[in-house]
Amino acid sequence: MREAVLFFFIVVAGTAGELCVSRAMKSVGEIHDFRPKSILRFILQSSRLPWMWLGLALMSVGFFSLLAILSFREVSFVVPVSALSYAAGAVGAKALLGERIVRNRWIGIAVVCLGVTIVWWSRK
Amino acid sequence: MTHTRRLHLKTIPLILVSIILGPLGNVFLGKAMKGVGSLRSVRILDLAPIASGVLTSGYIWLGIACLLGFFLAHMLLLTWADYSYVQPATSLSYLTIAILSYFILGEAISPLRWLGVSVICLGVFLVGQTSPSGVLERA
Repeated sequence: MREAVLFFFIVVAGTAGELCVSRAMKSVGEIHDFRPKSILRFILQSSRLPWMWLGLALMSVGFFSLLAILSFREVSFVVPVSALSYAAGAVGAKALLGERIVRNRWIGIAVVCLGVTIVWWSRK
Repeated sequence: MTHTRRLHLKTIPLILVSIILGPLGNVFLGKAMKGVGSLRSVRILDLAPIASGVLTSGYIWLGIACLLGFFLAHMLLLTWADYSYVQPATSLSYLTIAILSYFILGEAISPLRWLGVSVICLGVFLVGQTSPSGVLERA
């Protein structure tokens, strides 16, 4: 039961956090060069956005859940199962960010989910 | 050079960095957490000594450093590429995680688990056939 709750936090809080960060990043705009000065300005700009902080808070919940589950489960089991966030990510990106997800991308995501299911079966 | 080609030229190297740093970070976290004992049925009062055990482990900081590098690469990617492209594309890291868990942590990986990881990578390949940004496809 505790395991299921932790996976829920990893998948849902982690994905929601990434969506918030992605939303913040899109409002900062595309990066055109990688000089330290530009990267610093990019970090400062993004740290002023509430979406960034909400995203980081949610991702922290996911991160601590990951640490907890890693204390009693194998890395090669936990990390692949947390790929369930693919489905959550696609649904969330469509609903919250308005990203248009082409059919082939959905097919790829479905195959990823099948792989996650097989890894889940390999549970000892 | 077309805009799409230019996008791929900066997208692919950053994805490669993500694919290596992310799994390496997780492997180090796993090593650190296995060292402090199971949190499966731990009481709240026991969390303080466990937390201090975790924080004084070198592996946790090594893992966090790798994940920070991964996070920076990921953030840069998200400024131009769709989230629903970046997330599946970096998931080639599931193959890396299985390989690193086997070699660094000595985890026994059953054929069924290898199959699952490979199917995940096949899904990733399919996703990689789509354009990095939906905006470009619409234009």
